[in-house]
Amino acid sequence: MSFLDLKNVTKIYPNGTKAVHETSLSVDEGEFMVFVGPSGCGKSTLLRMVAGLEDITEGDINLDGQLINEVDPSERDVAMVFQNYALYPHMNVYNNLAYGLKNRGIDKETIEQKVNDAAKLLQISDFLQRKPSMLSGGQRQRVAMGRAIVRNPKIFLFDEPLSNLDAKLRIQMRLEIKKLQQKVGVTSIFVTHDQVEAMTLADRLAVINNGIIEQLGTPIEIYNNPESLFVAGFIGSPQMNFLDANLNNKTLSAENFEIKNIDSDYNGEVTLGIRPEHLIESENGLINLKVELVEQLGSDNLVYGQIKNIKDFCYRSPGNQTIKRGDTLSLNIEENKYYIFDKSTGKRVN
Amino acid sequence: MKIKPLQIVAHIILIIGVLLMVLPIWISFASSTHENVSILTEGMRFTLGDQFSRNYNEVLNEKGGWSEEVTAAKMFVNSFIMALGIATLKVAISAMSAYALVYYRFKLAVPIFWLIFITLLVPLEVRIFPSYKIVSDLGLTNSYTGLILPLVASATATFFFRQFYKTIPDELLESAKLDGANAWSFFIDFLVPLSKTMIAAMFIFMFVYGYSQYLWPLIMTTAEEYWTVVMGMKIIYTESYEGVALPRTAERFAYIILSMIPPVLVVVFLQKWFIKGLIQTEK
Ligand SMILES: Nc1ncnc2c1ncn2[C@@H]1O[C@H](COP(=O)(O)OP(=O)(O)O)[C@@H](O)[C@H]1O
Ligand SMILES: [Mg+2]
Repeated sequence: MSFLDLKNVTKIYPNGTKAVHETSLSVDEGEFMVFVGPSGCGKSTLLRMVAGLEDITEGDINLDGQLINEVDPSERDVAMVFQNYALYPHMNVYNNLAYGLKNRGIDKETIEQKVNDAAKLLQISDFLQRKPSMLSGGQRQRVAMGRAIVRNPKIFLFDEPLSNLDAKLRIQMRLEIKKLQQKVGVTSIFVTHDQVEAMTLADRLAVINNGIIEQLGTPIEIYNNPESLFVAGFIGSPQMNFLDANLNNKTLSAENFEIKNIDSDYNGEVTLGIRPEHLIESENGLINLKVELVEQLGSDNLVYGQIKNIKDFCYRSPGNQTIKRGDTLSLNIEENKYYIFDKSTGKRVN
Repeated sequence: MKIKPLQIVAHIILIIGVLLMVLPIWISFASSTHENVSILTEGMRFTLGDQFSRNYNEVLNEKGGWSEEVTAAKMFVNSFIMALGIATLKVAISAMSAYALVYYRFKLAVPIFWLIFITLLVPLEVRIFPSYKIVSDLGLTNSYTGLILPLVASATATFFFRQFYKTIPDELLESAKLDGANAWSFFIDFLVPLSKTMIAAMFIFMFVYGYSQYLWPLIMTTAEEYWTVVMGMKIIYTESYEGVALPRTAERFAYIILSMIPPVLVVVFLQKWFIKGLIQTEK
């Protein structure tokens, strides 16, 4: 059994909303697991069941060899960082960190030691006497992290902790969280709707949709091998291009091009997926893209255009190229870098 | 700086308001420093007289009542104990019942809240006979407990605490739970400090309410040692006044001025705290 084990966990809210469907998942000790999915897919619900803040309708959760379904949150030895931090407004930073330790009857000197260590680790030693209202967003974030770290819990739970920060700080904190987790080595679950955040932080990643884990794996596995249309569209930025096509006798025919010798026995209507970064310009290419818009990011360009009747097709070109509106580009797909999905079920077929 | 006509008008209105508030108190105080005779012959005064220490001494230490044993000083103490008990218990009980109503989500919480709320329609004066019956059956007449206990529930304060607790984000409770807080420590470590301004305000209101109770102590107490200030105002100077002696108007004013001191002290003392809490927005 792994460190954290979810077995057929289901959550139905009292009003009848089924937020999580029979989900099973294991997290190893020291692992950084990320739940990613669109808003409302049930990520927070799943996390909160691990924390004990929501009852489990069906299924079992085991943490560190103990069935915790009925264990009170205060007894679970888990720490959570909330989206709005939920710092204690009337306590200074020191007491925010110390509160959880005091509740466990730890003596004063040990508390002081631990708080000071955590504060040093998070570089908040200078603010220990301040109230949370006198801190910036980034500092509050650190205090929230400190409050979790200082208790040395069995597991860290993060519920979109970065979404209240501005873009620059978000990237910086993302890095710090990752570094910190590697240093402290505590098992962590991080919930986010931001796929870049998910990709960069995760050891393993669970892509959730409508209360179901669509795919579980390392970020790179999921990026390279999305098992469903949903995962393919969700992971990767800019988003994968999707085209309607037909697959017959290992030949795929799209709007105005064909791909032969497809490794699939499926016949019927499909959706072809191509990532913008898997296209290369070449003479007599498969696809002719009429450029409508170019976003220059410096390192590379995002080129949006039209292929016959398909709009907003995206191609990522190297930054040193000059491409203008109105150009027609001839593009090929990199070797085997395309994904074919059953149009009705969304399941991968190649 | 140029003063606008509108400002002048506003200030005149404010000054009139202040005078309306302050003048009666000043007249009472000024009159309390004259001789009884001169008040009787010349009416109330705006200027100070020379009888301050005599009148106040007399009032505080004169033994009154039928048994000639109770002093005004004793009545101040009684009223203070009664008001303190009522205010403290009212605040504590309503804060705790509001806590139960907001944080323990059982189906009857809303009906129970409204049940508490409609007790506003039945103040003590309305239920005075049943209350008296209960208190006397319990053998609590002529005791501080009897004076305080029937007045310790407060629908108003419960309502205000409830509305306040509802504004506290759920994450705070959840976060505290994960930090190992139990129901009691969440109340003591979070709700009480977060609502300290409201506690101060409620305490002030309830103290004044308890201090100015008249009917209940009047009915409740037969022993003079439990008389309160407001009762004394009526009783203590009545018989001497009905006799041949002069009406002791100046001393009555002294008594009134003295009787204002405890609630004023409470307001002044807590107001500091109250304003401090208002300036620091913590939520
Ligand atoms: N307390 C609740 N009562 C009823 N439905 C809820 C409650 N909390 C969340 N939901 C519903 O459950 C679903 C999943 O919510 P949530 O786990 O918060 O999603 P996410 O965190 O992925 O955005 C949503 O449809 C949401 O409306
Ligand atoms: Mg959420």
